[in-house]
Amino acid sequence: MAMDAGEIERLIKAKFPDAKIEIRDLAGDGDHYAAHVVSSAFKGKTRVQQHQMVYEALGGRMGGALHALALTTAEA
Amino acid sequence: MTPQQDVADWITKTVNDNDVVLFMKGNKQMPQCGFSAQVAHILALLGVDYKDINVLEDMSIREGVKAYSNWPTIPQLYVKGTFVGGCDIVREMAEAGELGQLFDEKGVAYDKSKKIA
Repeated sequence: MAMDAGEIERLIKAKFPDAKIEIRDLAGDGDHYAAHVVSSAFKGKTRVQQHQMVYEALGGRMGGALHALALTTAEA
Repeated sequence: MTPQQDVADWITKTVNDNDVVLFMKGNKQMPQCGFSAQVAHILALLGVDYKDINVLEDMSIREGVKAYSNWPTIPQLYVKGTFVGGCDIVREMAEAGELGQLFDEKGVAYDKSKKIA
């Protein structure tokens, strides 16, 4: 199953309105993405917590519909 | 006790009884997923002794470890009972030298002559 890059961005943006989001389709197959998310919401959070917040925004799709999302996060 | 509780207890015991534990697809000799292979490779480069748990052999552990850490994917690295991260975080930490720092802080033996980056 694949997911559209625009859909990933929309879901993340809905949870982190201030986020700067870069998404790259790594393999051109709509199934292997790299995402870099920068948001003030990450302030004071550990990396694990930051990633968990993004996974939460994706509403359980990570590990399911979305097999491969290489994720990096940073504080704005 | 529920089976889920049994699995959670087993995971707690495993990550506390072993300094470094990697829940992965396949084993350290033969990873069966690129992300698991990357983490196994990083740990091998750092010369860390670790216990590998092949989640493909037990569906209850595969799902149980995701619930345990509230983390949706495999691999998952634990150091001294604490969840450290999946492939992206481990790679980021290794490249920044933070993984070695973590092992230093936690008193985990590794080959300090090895540098990744």
